[in-house]
Amino acid sequence: MLPFLLEVGAEEIPDWMIPAALEQLGKDFQALLDANKLGGRVTRTDGTGRRLVLWAEGLIERQADSEEIVSGPPKAANPNAIAGFAKKNGVSVDDLKVEATAKGEYYTFRRQVAGRATAELLAELLPELIQKLNFPKSMFWTGKGGPKFIRPIRWIVALLGETVVPFELAGVSSGSETYGHRRLGVRGPIPVTVANYETELEKHFVIVSSTARRAKIEKEVAALGSAQTDAKLLETLTFITEYPAAILGGFDASYLTLPKEVLTMVMRFHQKYFAVNAADGTLAPNFIAVMNIPDDPEGHVVRGNERVLRARFNDARFFYDVDQKRTLLDRVSDLANVTFQAKIGSYLEKTTRTVALAQELGGELAAEAAYLAKADLTTEMVKEFTDLQGIIGGLYIAAQGGKPEVAKAVYEHYKPLSMEDSIPSTATGQAVALADKIDTLRSCFAVDMIPTGSKDPFALRRAAQGVVKILVEGELTPSLQDLSAGDAKLEEFFIERVKHYFREVKGYAYDEVNAVLAVGWADLKDVALRLEAVKAVRPTPNFEPVAAAFKRIKNILTQAGTLPDGAPDASLFNEAEAGVAAAAEQAAIKDGGYPAQLERIAGLRPAIDHFFDQVLVNDPDPAVRDNRLRLLNQLINEFSSIADFSEIVTK
Amino acid sequence: MDSFQETVFKLKKYWADRGCVIQEPYDIEVGAGTMSPETFLRVLGPKPWRVGYVQPSRRPADGRYGDNPNRLYKHQQLQIILKPTPKDVIEQYLGSLEAIGIDLSKHDLKLEEDNWESPTLGAWGIGWQVMLDGMEITQFTYFQQCGGIDLDLCPAEITYGLERIVSFLQGKESVYDIEWAPGVPYSEVRYFDELQLSVYNFESADVDMLWEALKRHEAEAQRLIDLYKTVEDPADKRRFPLLGAYDQVLKCSNLFNLLDARGAISVTERVGVIARVRKIAVGVAQAWVDQEPFRTMKEVA
Repeated sequence: MLPFLLEVGAEEIPDWMIPAALEQLGKDFQALLDANKLGGRVTRTDGTGRRLVLWAEGLIERQADSEEIVSGPPKAANPNAIAGFAKKNGVSVDDLKVEATAKGEYYTFRRQVAGRATAELLAELLPELIQKLNFPKSMFWTGKGGPKFIRPIRWIVALLGETVVPFELAGVSSGSETYGHRRLGVRGPIPVTVANYETELEKHFVIVSSTARRAKIEKEVAALGSAQTDAKLLETLTFITEYPAAILGGFDASYLTLPKEVLTMVMRFHQKYFAVNAADGTLAPNFIAVMNIPDDPEGHVVRGNERVLRARFNDARFFYDVDQKRTLLDRVSDLANVTFQAKIGSYLEKTTRTVALAQELGGELAAEAAYLAKADLTTEMVKEFTDLQGIIGGLYIAAQGGKPEVAKAVYEHYKPLSMEDSIPSTATGQAVALADKIDTLRSCFAVDMIPTGSKDPFALRRAAQGVVKILVEGELTPSLQDLSAGDAKLEEFFIERVKHYFREVKGYAYDEVNAVLAVGWADLKDVALRLEAVKAVRPTPNFEPVAAAFKRIKNILTQAGTLPDGAPDASLFNEAEAGVAAAAEQAAIKDGGYPAQLERIAGLRPAIDHFFDQVLVNDPDPAVRDNRLRLLNQLINEFSSIADFSEIVTK
Repeated sequence: MDSFQETVFKLKKYWADRGCVIQEPYDIEVGAGTMSPETFLRVLGPKPWRVGYVQPSRRPADGRYGDNPNRLYKHQQLQIILKPTPKDVIEQYLGSLEAIGIDLSKHDLKLEEDNWESPTLGAWGIGWQVMLDGMEITQFTYFQQCGGIDLDLCPAEITYGLERIVSFLQGKESVYDIEWAPGVPYSEVRYFDELQLSVYNFESADVDMLWEALKRHEAEAQRLIDLYKTVEDPADKRRFPLLGAYDQVLKCSNLFNLLDARGAISVTERVGVIARVRKIAVGVAQAWVDQEPFRTMKEVA
């Protein structure tokens, strides 16, 4: 039993791609071990920007010998065919056996296959395994037509026990030597073994364990101040460093007069710093940076970062001051020169449409906010910090003495940015956000810019998903059918988003969602209530059997084709039919909420079961048959206002 | 403390010692060192090439009338092209930083993903921005495509932002305070360049003239590209002035930038003008690759 270590040494791989690459490396290598019966299991994968590492244990030294059974012609076949089969396998007819199979007696040849050395097999398979790692954008570096990888591969460690698994990839020969931190420890190659790999690298300022690096960053950041929690930034820093250490820097408190959103954006996204909170929860004039060296005793790194941040904040102040020379209101007309989409027109035209829609959805204040919502696209600040669009508009309206409700609505009108994000907090904001998104969707669909597969350049799915989320969570009444304004493709697009929302975000089963939506989705608030009821009543013993019965009824009605008009004639009922009719009358009472109604519908079970035990719907007498169809049709119509139960998948 | 020019001397010497031809800047306005034919045309084809040069790079829209301590209309790039890329290219690059006095064991150096793309040149590459103590000092790119053509040798392009590196080395808050030569500040060398050209670019440039010039230089480039396609004689191919055509492309690119800074190009028009410049850039690049075998043959007597 042998341990195995693989390290692919590369130039700096983008941090955000590393976890996925490591996961695939682990899975693919395990699959390789299994497919080749090499024993062993992958125990860990880990890495930094410069190395993807895999550990495995329990590999056998050599595959077991095996026997391969090759089936030939039947015993009764022409001797030529039998001789041909023997020849093809490089043996004489005497070496063949006749074996009994389920289909009769056949000639077979049992080939003895010698197991191969694990090292030899790995040497053969590893280059392909490494090259098959998926990266969003890979590159050539040895020249056109050469190997592709995310960044150039510069060394490879491949050790099976104490021996090197020898192979070559992109001109790099695998070996037993790694490299440490780019500028600390030794600069040349470092010989390692499977056992001492990690400890040797630590001596040369590489912490291979991402868990350990993450913990070191978290601990040191916490010790330096009250940093704003930032999970994404923490991951970035974990994978962009090999030996991380946190430092505290400061900036002049006078910059705190700039919007905190701008300061935070510069620190987090441009500089990869943690922003720091003061004791009272406001922004402190500090930042925490994470370096890729263990310490900064002379303060070079702190001073350098402070200098850079000062320049960045000066820029931001410059943009802010320039922007205040004209109000947002004055800027609206400039939107005539800003293209929303070439085929659709300018942002000014979009604004005009959105204002009308916002007026309809949220009244005067919403219309006022919609008029100003896109004007910040002409500001220097948004040109520099695109992600702050909307937010800057809101801040400027407030700073320029606008109405607080309008400022807030503009500030939040891009929300929700994701399914996890919250919807705008005010009714006015919700109306503006809806109007903006609906207009984008309508105009794009009108010029046939409809997302297909993974292509969705205008993020229309996100826009539609946002509309659904605002309607449901804002408990708003406009129907998506009305908002689609007669565009059938848009309506279809919306229903997919509604399904997605209730399945993925709210966690309902797909058949529950289908059943509820099948009987109407004009009022999403009502859809939410009906779904809640179906989910609550579904585990009760009568529910699924009734659902199954409804499916059966539906099939019968479908097969019957044209259904007879009118209500069933009670005088023709036998005892079972009368029982169903009576039970239905009881169940039809609309008292209580949806759960109570559903429980009553589930209570139909005994009567329906009895009906199907006793009667055959397709009675030879057409009058009886038609009356039964009328009864069943009435039953379906009566009890399909909450959900179409035939959509429920029953066991 | 080294002056700006001293640092430039050291970097040039460093790369000269590593086999680079040290060139002077190209003498037509460009927006980046990449646009010099020393890069744009020489990265094409199978011939190895190593070159380094400081290229003053004009970005009209970035002008700030000499008021902003960190933004310049024209900044100085040191451009290094290594074709093919040596295996220890990053090690060599780090060595260049040490050669100008940066002790990398005491500074935080990170290579952060930053892929480069130039729509007007039909060029793109994969690489990083090199961050030193939180400041971007270099763009490092493995060229993949240029003029819409896949590159045979994938050269490395190292572009140093000289003002940033030197303000870092000299600890200056404003680029204008950098000492260019002993006793001579950057402001004395370049201030009026920034002020007057910001005024020209943002206020004075005659928009109609710029559009007209763009049209004429574009037509001249296209005329030459079309004409090249009709040439059959190898000797005529060899002497065909594609370099002249490329100069016209550079003129167009700069005129586009000027019009853009002047606010004369609407967002809608922008895409169209970029496509026009790209078309002639790609046209010259394709012709240049076609001409390669004729350039390498001995001159016909």
